[in-house]
Amino acid sequence: MPDVNFIVDGQKLTAPAGTLLIDACKSAGIEIPAFCYYPGLSLQAACRMCVVRIEKQPKLATACTTTVAEGMVVHTENPEIAQARKATLQLLLGNHPLDCPVCDAGGECELQDMTFKYGAADSFYAEPKNHREEQKWSPVVYFDRPRCILCYRCVRMCGEGMDVFALGIQNRGSSSVIAPNVPAQLSPENIPNLDCEQCGMCIDACPVGALTSGTYRYKTRPWEMNHVATVCTHCGDGCKTTLGVRSVANGSEIVRGDNRDKSGINGDFLCNKGRYAFDFANNIERLTSPLMRKDGKLKPVSWEEALTFAGTRLRELRDQRGPQSIGVIGSNRLTNEENYLLQKFARSVIGTNNIDHHRTADFVTLAAALRGSSKRFASQHCVEKAPALLVIGGDPTTQAPLTAWNLRTNVRNKNARLYIANHADIKLRRQAKAAVTLDFAGYGAFADYLAGDDSTANAASPDTDALAKFRDALRAEEKLIIVLGNEVRGSTIARLVDTFPTSKFALLSDYVNSRGAADMGVMPDVLPGYQLVGAHAFVEEYKSPETPGLNLVEMFDAALARELAALYVVGSNPVARYNVDPATLANTFLIVQDLFLTETALLADVVFPASNLYEKSGSVTNSYGDVQLVSKAADKSGTRSDFELIVRLADKFGHEIKQLVPFGKGLRADMGQTRGAQSGEADRHSVWLTANNLEPKLSPFDPFAILDEIQRLVPGYDKLLRLQLLSGNDQHIAPSAGDLVQIANRNDLVLPSHDTLFTSGSLTRFSPQLQDVQRHQSREVADHLAAD
Amino acid sequence: MSAIASTIFSPELAARFDKLVTLYPLKRSALIPMLLYAQDEVGYVSDACVAEIAQRLDLLELDVRNVLSYYSMLRTVPAGKYNVQVCTNISCMLRGGFELLDHCKHKLGIGHKGVTPDGLFSLEEVECIGACCWAPAVQVNYDFHDDLTPAKMDVILESYRNGNGKPESVDKEAV
Ligand code: SF4
Ligand code: SF4
Ligand code: SF4
Ligand code: FES
Ligand code: FES
Repeated sequence: MPDVNFIVDGQKLTAPAGTLLIDACKSAGIEIPAFCYYPGLSLQAACRMCVVRIEKQPKLATACTTTVAEGMVVHTENPEIAQARKATLQLLLGNHPLDCPVCDAGGECELQDMTFKYGAADSFYAEPKNHREEQKWSPVVYFDRPRCILCYRCVRMCGEGMDVFALGIQNRGSSSVIAPNVPAQLSPENIPNLDCEQCGMCIDACPVGALTSGTYRYKTRPWEMNHVATVCTHCGDGCKTTLGVRSVANGSEIVRGDNRDKSGINGDFLCNKGRYAFDFANNIERLTSPLMRKDGKLKPVSWEEALTFAGTRLRELRDQRGPQSIGVIGSNRLTNEENYLLQKFARSVIGTNNIDHHRTADFVTLAAALRGSSKRFASQHCVEKAPALLVIGGDPTTQAPLTAWNLRTNVRNKNARLYIANHADIKLRRQAKAAVTLDFAGYGAFADYLAGDDSTANAASPDTDALAKFRDALRAEEKLIIVLGNEVRGSTIARLVDTFPTSKFALLSDYVNSRGAADMGVMPDVLPGYQLVGAHAFVEEYKSPETPGLNLVEMFDAALARELAALYVVGSNPVARYNVDPATLANTFLIVQDLFLTETALLADVVFPASNLYEKSGSVTNSYGDVQLVSKAADKSGTRSDFELIVRLADKFGHEIKQLVPFGKGLRADMGQTRGAQSGEADRHSVWLTANNLEPKLSPFDPFAILDEIQRLVPGYDKLLRLQLLSGNDQHIAPSAGDLVQIANRNDLVLPSHDTLFTSGSLTRFSPQLQDVQRHQSREVADHLAAD
Repeated sequence: MSAIASTIFSPELAARFDKLVTLYPLKRSALIPMLLYAQDEVGYVSDACVAEIAQRLDLLELDVRNVLSYYSMLRTVPAGKYNVQVCTNISCMLRGGFELLDHCKHKLGIGHKGVTPDGLFSLEEVECIGACCWAPAVQVNYDFHDDLTPAKMDVILESYRNGNGKPESVDKEAV
């Protein structure tokens, strides 16, 4: 669109034709107050707060619905406008209680700010205020009707943004009220209820305190928390979530999760888990002391005792029965630095390639198929912006909610063309330009069909006509962003990559750092950066064995055959996930590091209480390869980061620590200043050193000490810019190593987690919020629309 | 055969609804007439009406409720057999609409939106019903009564109570 010139408050401005005046002013640093306007949602013009004077127009105009025009002269603040806004506020306050001192939004409320600014707290309305009691619509959404200013943001957010349409507006005039989709008379408790995705987006959009969150209400005030931006620990999309933390007797606890400055990769979005499912961290069942098995029972012991015992015993077993008798299991929720360190521990301290993790997507094959073409890895930003997208398999709405949000927003606001191929009737079909139903086992045949093999049509889809049309539509697209669910693996991925040589690809995985764990080589046959076991650099550097080790399943087979002397499990619960019979591990020395006494930890000989992703620093990589900074927000006394624990275990094992973590020589390393006041052990260490007039040197527990090595050795991560990372910006990396695995005869071992919007692997049962919401969704509202 | 397998409406109304949805470029445009016809047949717009109408128009029940709650002539609870709607807007107010309303309240022993225990009458205060020239006006179900006084109102109520419907003319007997 051509640019137009116009004048606002005497400033000459330029913006593309079609830009809304309110947005153009915002870009120029001129703030126009707005209640009903919300960027990206449809225009409402319900509140009249944004009125401005446009010369030559008879009346004040709403800046949120006016597009800029050539020669326009605008005044955004003068006595006339102030008076109009003040009158608007007085009208809005007709029923509003101004109970800011007890309202959750107090201190962060747009109405409060405006009332202050325009001095409108006294009203001319003599009628008594229309008071209503607050209503609990779900465990996470509460409604205080008197505070509502009827801006409709929540209604639009839920309908247009979430595509859920759970909120409506009922009655009319001054008795209008926002209503949830289950009316009182149809709910078991005879109060209105919400049957929805429980994402809290409506609460986030609400400019006042009318919608408040069940997890945060009345707990604290915004200015009494520290706000730390970090990455959500749940699905593989990697949203930035800002955690509000405050000091408590045993550290600092998380009180709130939200999307405070909307500066992250997720823009406006957070789903239920990112916003509310942080509460597992505050669970009283958290382990806070090391445990050792004595007389058959796990007993609390000191750190020294537990570490010494675990380290020396591991050493004995390694020396007696050989490194190949020891296995290590990493995690989808550890940072890149921790996973890297863990595989280095396995390969260089123990001397084995017996290392694996619970794989939720076939990243190895994707990396192999895209070898040498680093430009063909799609970023989360591609999903947000690309004009044409194809989703094969998966159900982003439940498995990767941010991906689904980006797809919907892209279709809605930018008219993106979305193509869906799936065996199931997934919800995103509502946004699709074309969709085709595949056979449950037809993904491979579908890829062959797309490649031009017509004989596979019947195997691919029950509807071959639709299939043919679908293929024609795809062939007409020049470039696609292709997002693959976990149904698509192995040679099917390779086939698609060959068929669409100009397209970019992404693979959806299930946890925050599933991609990172794969990138960092937490697998028996590939090293960091998907290099083949035996790659020169690592053999040199680690003195690591040159043949592939046992995978996770083989490790348990070995344990059953009494060939696994020891197993070190970090942040994973394979016993439950893989249904391992407890007796399998009877003859294996088991060390477990976790938050809770999981099924796996229960069988351990030594258990170390670990901190979770919200209590440590480092970096994580989402499904798409976008790397982001993880900052320490909360703190739990009695736990230690997995990074520290691995280092300490190596120390007690008798390993030279400087060989494991190259600390104390890094000029590029960050001392933690950039990560806020409570950024972990490394920082406290440096504070202590400074206080004792010693020169601050890096601590071996600072994850950034190992990031240097990752950048040196892992293809793709060498491109990472440290300053960008520390500034909290996401960076897209693409692994592009030379020699890679043979796709055809490799077992991908992908085990999808089947998480829903309200589950998150082993953490589910430790999050009271997730439990509550599940109960709410199943018992209280499940059958109200049974007719549907 | 109705478009809905197990409709809650009479066969005639179901057939009428089947046709109604075909008359508009957008299905949902049939919403308001459907709500009115459903209310006429069932007596009020029940949850079951909401569910079936939503299904017929491919709307969410919430959408139906949003519209339903906007219009005051649509009700979600049963009214009396004779729903007495007294206008108190400006013309009627000037010509005694409020006296008429008070009189009805007293006479029927119920308030605004009330229903008599025998279910025969219900009472509503309504906005202008478009009969201002002959104010004050009252509407009973779909019958109009105008130029009223409390005495005339008594005759009208009596006539309904006796099952005689709208009286031919009240002028002669009253005044
Ligand atoms: S929580 Fe999310 S899905 Fe539920 S009503 Fe609010 S915006 Fe809609
Ligand atoms: S609840 Fe909040 S977002 Fe929704 S209409 Fe009221 S003020 Fe606006
Ligand atoms: S979409 Fe995924 S990363 Fe984002 S908040 Fe939800 S669970 Fe967390
Ligand atoms: S922001 Fe413009 S009318 Fe509400
Ligand atoms: S004012 Fe009563 S009918 Fe118009």
